[in-house]
Amino acid sequence: MANSTIAAGGTAVPARRRKVVSRRRRKVQDALVAYSFIAPNFLGFAVFTLGPILFAFVLAFMHWDGSNAITFAGLDNFWRLFEDKAFKDAFWNTIIYTVVSVPATLACALGLAILLNQKILGRDFFRTAMFFPYVASLVAVAVVWNMIFNPEMGPVNMILYTLGLDPKDMPGWAADRHWAMVTVILFGVWKSMGYFMVIYLAGLQGINSELYEAADLDGANAWQKFLYVTVPQLGPTTFFVTVMLTIQSFKVFDQIYMITQGGPGTSTLVLVYHIYNEAFVSWDLGYSSMIALVLFFLVLGITVVQFRRQKED
Amino acid sequence: MRIAGQKLTGKLAAIYVTVILITIVMLLPFAWMLSASLKLSSEVFVFPIEWIPSNPQWQNYVDIWTKIPLALFIYNTSKLTIIVTLMQLFTSSFAAYAFAKLDFPYKNALFLGYIATIAMPWQVYMVPQFLLMREFGLNNTHLALICLQAFTAFGVFLMRQFYMSIPTELCEAARIDGMNEYQIWAKIMLPLSKPALSTLTIFTFVTTWNDFLGPMIYLTKTELKTIQIGLRMFISQYSAEYGLIMAASVVALIPVLIVFLSLQRFFVEGVASSGIKG
Repeated sequence: MANSTIAAGGTAVPARRRKVVSRRRRKVQDALVAYSFIAPNFLGFAVFTLGPILFAFVLAFMHWDGSNAITFAGLDNFWRLFEDKAFKDAFWNTIIYTVVSVPATLACALGLAILLNQKILGRDFFRTAMFFPYVASLVAVAVVWNMIFNPEMGPVNMILYTLGLDPKDMPGWAADRHWAMVTVILFGVWKSMGYFMVIYLAGLQGINSELYEAADLDGANAWQKFLYVTVPQLGPTTFFVTVMLTIQSFKVFDQIYMITQGGPGTSTLVLVYHIYNEAFVSWDLGYSSMIALVLFFLVLGITVVQFRRQKED
Repeated sequence: MRIAGQKLTGKLAAIYVTVILITIVMLLPFAWMLSASLKLSSEVFVFPIEWIPSNPQWQNYVDIWTKIPLALFIYNTSKLTIIVTLMQLFTSSFAAYAFAKLDFPYKNALFLGYIATIAMPWQVYMVPQFLLMREFGLNNTHLALICLQAFTAFGVFLMRQFYMSIPTELCEAARIDGMNEYQIWAKIMLPLSKPALSTLTIFTFVTTWNDFLGPMIYLTKTELKTIQIGLRMFISQYSAEYGLIMAASVVALIPVLIVFLSLQRFFVEGVASSGIKG
């Protein structure tokens, strides 16, 4: 084929051919330059991220303790999920954590953003203060949180006591199976709402002020303006924040490890904690990877659903 | 009465009161930490809280350096953070330049590889990644953590988005002037991308400095530990030494506080712009 096209060119072949060759060489050269830009990052990315992701899919169908020979497990690990009570608890705890903490963080972030979008004195200071918990070292703030919420001596329960709450009705916070999840969620909201506030602030500043002026002319009150101008205009921001928050909630681990260690019992055991335990405590690497796949499909599913809904709107 | 050029109305007063109350709640744990760090362990939980200790225990800030190798932990963390941040900045902006401004085969396929993993929690593949690192003999080395954090999809994506907004004509003009692509990247793109670079710096710095699960999995030798897992070790060893724990926590917070305050203008802008584009 290539020969026939060149032959069809007749007498002009040699010159054009040279041109084609040099253009082709130029193209190869350009591509090589481009690849040289990508290579440093891509090689690292391929080896340490893409490779392990593919490996995770293989490992989920294997039995391996990390030292003896790997054996093929078929669907063993998958069926085991249904018999594993800890997995069931971890799954539902992750869902509960997400369902509560996502709307709570979103509402707090939006509220803060609206407050700090007003022209007030020291606005930059207040914004920085709200943001600070997000960058603060988790280990340091988690240990303070544990002390403040200490059921016997912590200042929170002391304040509840002085307010007249009976000591036997006092929440046991991290040490109480009914309150442990609440404690962890409160911590998560406190730590990350400043970050999402900043994203909302950017969204608020993008709203055309003429919309508010038009609403004023129509006699809208503050609440109506919020409902019919601010909320719809912030749609794309809210979408972004929801996706980010959902993914962040599905992979929650550090704060739970530090505040409750997944307990009491399994009351705050979440999926990543279970993955961690199965891998690095029990060395059941195949099963741990199967749980990781569940997490993977959860995140994927939620992201796809949210993108679909966004498109419909 | 006027504040910030506005007449003090009931509404404005309500806003101030709310904002101040929320700020107090947000910062209270830090104030408590600071106050407790200057107390004897037996005084930490005394109620009502004595915010400014009458008998400040400055000794706590001396003792922590000898009770645990805190200086070594800080050194390890600084080393890791600086190397990871520099590598992240270099490799991300380098790759992003090709994705934004050059044409080459399989460009879209390669970029899709990055996009597909950007939302993927690291926890999904941390176990196979650990096994791979162990195979390479990188277990209990700092190199493992560098490899783990220096090549992120997020960095490439963030830089590419920024480079897309720089007019391509600038690069073309430079090419006509005889610059090669590496010079264009170094002399034109890098100086123009300061906001994106600062955003990436802060994100990488904070994530690496505060990383917990990564060091916990990879570093079991005390002399290799970072400040986060070192602090954690200290907390479990001296669980009743509240004053000392709080002093060590304050020390662990300070570097992030300094970086954050000196770059916070960029930080807020960076978060905001990455949010809009996301």
